[in-house]
Amino acid sequence: MSEAEKTSVRHRRYGMVIDLDKCTGCGSCMVACMAENNVTARPDETDKKKSITWMRVYSFDNGKGFPEARTCFLPRPCMHCAGKGGHGHSPCVSVCPAVATDYSAETGIVSQIPTRCFGCRYCMAACPYHARYFNWFDPVYPKGMEKMLNPDVSLRMRGVVEKCSFCFHRYQKAMDKAFYEKRKELEEGEYQTACTQSCPSGAIAFGDLDDPKHAVYRLRQPVKGLYVFRLLERLGTEPKVYYTTRHEWIRKAADRTVNDEKTAG
Amino acid sequence: MEAVLDNREKRGLAGTILAWDEALQPKGVTRAPLWKFTLWMGFWGVVALWGVYAAALCWIFGLNQTGMNDYYGFALWIWADLAVIALGGGAFFTGFLKYVLGHEKPLKYIVNYAVLIGFICYSSALLILAIDIGQPLRGWFIFWHANVHSMLTEVAFCLSCYFIVLTIEYFPNILENRVLSKVPFFRNLVKNFHGSMAVFAATGVFLSFFHQGSLGGLAGVLYGRPFAAREGVFIWPWTFFLFTWSAAAYGPCFTMLLTRIIEAVTKKKLVPDETMRFLAKVSGWMMGTYIIAKIIDTVYWAQVTAPGAGFSLSDFYASGPFYGYWFLALEIVIGGIIPAAVLLIPKARENRAIFTLALVLAVMGVCVNRWAMVVQTNAIPVLSFDKWAMYVPTWQEIATTILPVAYGVLLVSLSHRYLPLFPLEVGEKDGH
Ligand code: SF4
Ligand code: SF4
Repeated sequence: MSEAEKTSVRHRRYGMVIDLDKCTGCGSCMVACMAENNVTARPDETDKKKSITWMRVYSFDNGKGFPEARTCFLPRPCMHCAGKGGHGHSPCVSVCPAVATDYSAETGIVSQIPTRCFGCRYCMAACPYHARYFNWFDPVYPKGMEKMLNPDVSLRMRGVVEKCSFCFHRYQKAMDKAFYEKRKELEEGEYQTACTQSCPSGAIAFGDLDDPKHAVYRLRQPVKGLYVFRLLERLGTEPKVYYTTRHEWIRKAADRTVNDEKTAG
Repeated sequence: MEAVLDNREKRGLAGTILAWDEALQPKGVTRAPLWKFTLWMGFWGVVALWGVYAAALCWIFGLNQTGMNDYYGFALWIWADLAVIALGGGAFFTGFLKYVLGHEKPLKYIVNYAVLIGFICYSSALLILAIDIGQPLRGWFIFWHANVHSMLTEVAFCLSCYFIVLTIEYFPNILENRVLSKVPFFRNLVKNFHGSMAVFAATGVFLSFFHQGSLGGLAGVLYGRPFAAREGVFIWPWTFFLFTWSAAAYGPCFTMLLTRIIEAVTKKKLVPDETMRFLAKVSGWMMGTYIIAKIIDTVYWAQVTAPGAGFSLSDFYASGPFYGYWFLALEIVIGGIIPAAVLLIPKARENRAIFTLALVLAVMGVCVNRWAMVVQTNAIPVLSFDKWAMYVPTWQEIATTILPVAYGVLLVSLSHRYLPLFPLEVGEKDGH
């Protein structure tokens, strides 16, 4: 082992595998995400197009009537796209003029730096998943709530864009602990996102997509009867969030399909 | 001027103002009475103040004052921004024809004016951007923390540099004011400026080529947005070239249209027919070739690029009455093919009414194109289970969008009244 290898941290490719057949649409992940990341809520949330939900649960149906009617709940965090070529040319990162968002080669996480962002919103126009949110309003924290805020996550001000960070502060904490214990590697489960932890039905798995020791590595392999896909794959955004379901109508909704073609699997 | 000042006491305040006004006007021209001019300026001044008030609201309370949302991060302002920059393209293209290609004779009668229009358009664009960003005090980050891979960075640099060039080009016009030009220093300065103007004009053409292109690239590189995305040459998507081309084609139409409007208002012939004919012919060729390229681009995109991303054409034009196919026809046929044909057919462009109508259609055509590329792009749901989102601008957005119009009218009115803007009118044989 070279000296560089001994001291360097292994490059990871953190990602998620979400089992849509397990998701009940309870919204626990949304609440956990908001609490963990100091996401603000306005007193009046009726204008949904201006509200912030880093983790959003979409619901859609198969368009059929009773008794064939089916509904799907699809949790959508930031996809942490690796972008065309897989080297961080993510749709949002490549367009930001001020490098306020960046792709980490060490973790595969797309970061967002609120104090660097000047609110041009070009990244929002670039993201096809609507994973980015603009702070249209000054943040509101009701009196007494400051005691509940997470000190590890910076508060965002009006006029900047924010989005899911895969709870990156948890990664930093886990790495600090590992270094303190003279380790360079994290074990599976040491770094978990808040939504993964809070999901009551275990629909969300999180880990290194390239590490065979991590569950997500196995879960994203196609298994007979359980099909894996990513949202809008053919755009070439290379998302690091995978979904699994046995239902073809859901898989079809994952990507735009022309001429009613069959989906993979 | 000294006489004016000496007689101040005899004349009283009103008389002094009248004398000032008269002394500042170019020699030998007639201008509207001061009261009429003041009324006109007062009206547009109030409109401008309304816009300034709306802008202040956005700066103080934030962009929640607008109708924009997370689907429409780019909306009315960015459209106006792209549209004025395209329309201001008349400045760089006239400069290119005059200084680089050497078409001195016909263009000397319009180049001062084209530069003024360009100056107004670009200062308006910068003003709009200053209102549009969520953190205006951090606007300089785009220069300081520049991401060289972002088209927006290129736009910001080229736009600012080109604005400086336009200021330098407009500056001699101000110094040529009858009173100011009496100062020897200014007179010499203007002479020197004129001597080196070709260099500035050529620099402006170069900068303009890149920022007009990068504005097109802005949309073209959005590979997550199949409506806008285009593959291209190296780092440049096709839209890069289409935008530069269209600005060169449509920009002069805007300059000509405004000339027609000012001629109608002042009831004077300000630009010779020969100049208009020349510009119309060049614009016609540029527009004709551009629209062919645009049609090829659209067909290729609809047949190859969009289906490759899983979309069919109807996915982009299926939202009720607003984003229907008529939008495509408005841009390509009514705002492109028809005006190009009029400008190219000698008989049609000789007819004053038809020619003016063609100019109106052309201006509308390029505005529709910019709307489609920045606003419609955001409206189209990319996720199959997402919905088309609608957007209605608030009065604050409308007022701030009208602000540049008012500012433009004020500046053109002042320049026309006090500066030798149109060489033909002030009886110059050589122009500048
Ligand atoms: S999902 Fe959107 S915000 Fe997240 S990395 Fe991809 S393009 Fe960027
Ligand atoms: S809004 Fe912020 S993060 Fe997004 S592109 Fe602009 S500066 Fe970058």
